[in-house]
Amino acid sequence: MTEMLAIDWLTAVIFVPLAGAMLAFLLPRQAHLVGVGAMALTALVTIALVLQVLTEGAMITHLGNWEAPLGIDLRVDGLSAILLAMTAGVGLLVSLGALDSYASRRVPERMRRYFWPLWLLLLSGLNGAYLSTDLFNLYVMLEVIALAAVGLTVLSGRIEAVRAGLEYMYASILGALLFLMGVGFVYLELGRLDFAGLLAANSSPALSAALALMVAGLALKTALFPLHVWLPQAHSNATAPASALLSALVVKVSLYIVLRLAQYMLPPSEILVALIGVLGLGAILWGSIQALRAERLKLLVAWSTVAQIGLIFVAFARAGADGVAESWKAAALLMLAHAIAKAAMFLAAGRIKDEIGHDRIRDLDRSPIRPTLAQLSFAVAAISLVGLPPSLGFAGKWILMEGAMTNGYWHWIVVTMTATMLSVAYFSRVLTGFLRFDRQRTPAGEHQGWALADAAPLTLALFALGLGLFAAPILSFMDIGYPFGATP
Amino acid sequence: MNDASLLPLMILMTPLCAAPLLFALPERSARLRTAINLGAALLKLVLVSWLSWKVSQGVIYDLRLTVLPGLEFNLQADPLAILFIALSAVLWLITTVYAVGYLEKGPHRARFFGFFSLCVAATVGIALAGNLFTFLIFYEILTLATYPLVIHYGTAAALRAGRIYLIYTLGGGLVLLLGTLGLWVLAGSTDFVPGGILAGVAEDSPLAAQLLFLVLIIGLGVKAALVPLHSWLPIAMIAPAPVSALLHAVAVVKAGAFGIMRVVYEVYGIETAQLLGLTTPLAVLAAVTILYGSIRALGQDDIKRRLAWSTVSQVSYIALGIALASPIAAIGALAHLIHQGIMKITLFMVAGNLAEGRGIKKVSQMNGVGLAMPGSMAAFTLAALGMIGLPPLAGFVSKWYLAAGGLQAGQGWVIPLLLGSSLLNAAYFLPMIHRAWFRTPDTAPQQGLVRRRIGWMLAAPPIATAALVLIAGGLANAPFSPIEWTRFIVTLEYSQEAL
Repeated sequence: MTEMLAIDWLTAVIFVPLAGAMLAFLLPRQAHLVGVGAMALTALVTIALVLQVLTEGAMITHLGNWEAPLGIDLRVDGLSAILLAMTAGVGLLVSLGALDSYASRRVPERMRRYFWPLWLLLLSGLNGAYLSTDLFNLYVMLEVIALAAVGLTVLSGRIEAVRAGLEYMYASILGALLFLMGVGFVYLELGRLDFAGLLAANSSPALSAALALMVAGLALKTALFPLHVWLPQAHSNATAPASALLSALVVKVSLYIVLRLAQYMLPPSEILVALIGVLGLGAILWGSIQALRAERLKLLVAWSTVAQIGLIFVAFARAGADGVAESWKAAALLMLAHAIAKAAMFLAAGRIKDEIGHDRIRDLDRSPIRPTLAQLSFAVAAISLVGLPPSLGFAGKWILMEGAMTNGYWHWIVVTMTATMLSVAYFSRVLTGFLRFDRQRTPAGEHQGWALADAAPLTLALFALGLGLFAAPILSFMDIGYPFGATP
Repeated sequence: MNDASLLPLMILMTPLCAAPLLFALPERSARLRTAINLGAALLKLVLVSWLSWKVSQGVIYDLRLTVLPGLEFNLQADPLAILFIALSAVLWLITTVYAVGYLEKGPHRARFFGFFSLCVAATVGIALAGNLFTFLIFYEILTLATYPLVIHYGTAAALRAGRIYLIYTLGGGLVLLLGTLGLWVLAGSTDFVPGGILAGVAEDSPLAAQLLFLVLIIGLGVKAALVPLHSWLPIAMIAPAPVSALLHAVAVVKAGAFGIMRVVYEVYGIETAQLLGLTTPLAVLAAVTILYGSIRALGQDDIKRRLAWSTVSQVSYIALGIALASPIAAIGALAHLIHQGIMKITLFMVAGNLAEGRGIKKVSQMNGVGLAMPGSMAAFTLAALGMIGLPPLAGFVSKWYLAAGGLQAGQGWVIPLLLGSSLLNAAYFLPMIHRAWFRTPDTAPQQGLVRRRIGWMLAAPPIATAALVLIAGGLANAPFSPIEWTRFIVTLEYSQEAL
């Protein structure tokens, strides 16, 4: 807690968007103004929090001055702070994109009215999850997030979206249930659920089972193969800003919790690690194959999420007994890279679809309208997702492969390289179409279709590309408070 | 970092900043586009000249930024970098003039020149990279920037060529990534240091060092078109002529050859490489490539395809000169980096002129074209004779040093190899020259038709580069000739007693 400033940024970063959500719900006509305002305010609070972490290190605050295990603690360290910053940054840019995309007369009133409260509720839940210090609290936040995310999925009201949202809801409930069972096991075994208590516990079969249950629940929520079936439809049928939020931010929470579990619970058993790695490989292969076959742009992007999540799980799995710190760093960087680049890509795909009027990959190059800036954003985002230098995705892959090579895990290197080649294959299906002009015989106005709305995806894409050059400072920031158990 | 270290960054930023401007320009703003293109190319040439002058005065440029823990993004300007960057600066200007003329009223010029600039920026980065990690970054950017140029026409054949190009080059990039990682894990550094950084590792685990060399050479050999990794190059000649010229002379194949140079001299160090027994296999591979490329060139009727196979052969002279591990051969290799560039760019630009002006794309259609297009064909003849190695042209100088170096290294087989290669060069170039000057034109209906007037922008560049071929050969001993500069470099790479 800071003495100089009377504001507790940790609490504020959760309650500002929550208050915004309520206000936006109560003032449906001004929802977009409330929404962007609350988002901007949250971003400012996040900046303050990040600066505070930078100067003062990790911090804990006790909500209502009750200490753990009775009260609720909020804790921020480098990892939490960077994810909060990622959420705020991506959130702000997606919000600006949404402002434009929901402003059009063609968009039903309902979407404009409900998007903002749902998104702010989601933001509050995300921030809460990143600051939680006990398992039950995490569970509650997961439910808040799921509620808002399902709402965002069905926002368009189209039948496909509603169907996908329903599937998503079932998966989410089941995942939460598995997680809750794991939490219950931990409580029966230890009598407490705070992270500090977990850290002190001794190994036991019950705890291992609990860990396995929780990881299974999280895998379902983050769509790890073969529990991914709900994701492609849910993400591809939502409206573009909602897809961007779901794919960039929502799946990251479950991954973050996996990271935290690895930090505070006992080292996972070798079998569990190997299983996660194999499933990650399955996700890479299956996600890529489906992306290669997808006929619609947004579906391709959604399937690529499945593959990319597989790669992040490979980063987790590579840890094993030694090299844990390196491997978590790789996973965290990949999460960050995926969040920024995928948000850019979904927004860009949305823009392309809006301009051209459809998103059938085969016919994208037949339109007389060329949304060049959106296409550029898509291409730059793809560079980061493929992991070519100097992007952030490249930095993540470099650390992943460096660690694997140091430890002699050659199979993970092969897997990473396969994932890279496959992602080139499926993205080039789209990118080549952007360059190929001669199927359009009518005079093509190459520079039609620029709009202010292109600013959001382009900014995100350029960040994904350029931040790779600053991976070292990002990593050292993430290490504040030693979330990876690195040497003090 | 002092102010002076910003000079390499400025050289990198010149084409990099031109690219977005060029992308953003509307298609119809041709004058402004040309102004930006030529302005950037001229600015770069001025900056590079200044940099070369400063470096020759002993000023050290070193710009570092930590990217990943322990790993730095490093731009520096050592004499080797100057060699490559000077080549790219001169040829960028000439090719830009040519490209502006070539694509007059053509489609998608905004896109073309944007990617063209990015491609040049990547070449600058490759030249200035101070460690393998930085080199890798620009090596990959080069792949991405050239792909749209290769498929510029968007025809089915171009797309197919582009796909093959992408598979080869991105695959090569991945292998190079693996090699860079391996170097980092083995040596704890990826810096380019004269004399190499692997001496210690080579002593402790020679097998690992040898394997790493194999991986690195595969990664670089794809772009350098070493047999059997060369197949993409003859296919990629589907690109517009200015692109082919740039690809074959400066950008892609040279990036590979330059990388091999860096790896042998400044990662392994020539003595360590010799100690590990790595130079002989590389020399053999280069020799095979030289012969195979020439033999395949013989059978091609398509002019650009013949030239492409000739590139496969000629670029391997560079690898050969490095692998012979003799300082004199090294001078030949470094000089050939320049000489092959100016000769091949001339040939490709003339090939473009033939296709544009007369619709001539095949060797068998070249009868009598010399009198119809005397300027272009004179340039072609000069460059082709240079390729064959006729004195006093540039190609002769590099071959002379290679042969002398072979003798110095006690590798006598290099002499018959070079003679054989020259004979093969003569066998596929002389018939073209003969047809052009000494045969009467065919009376086939498409012949003799002027398809398009060859303006000065198309005619002058090949003549300028042909003049360079003559100057680089004739004035080889003048100060600031490529040969003099390479002598300077070689004294840095080899310990003093070797000379």
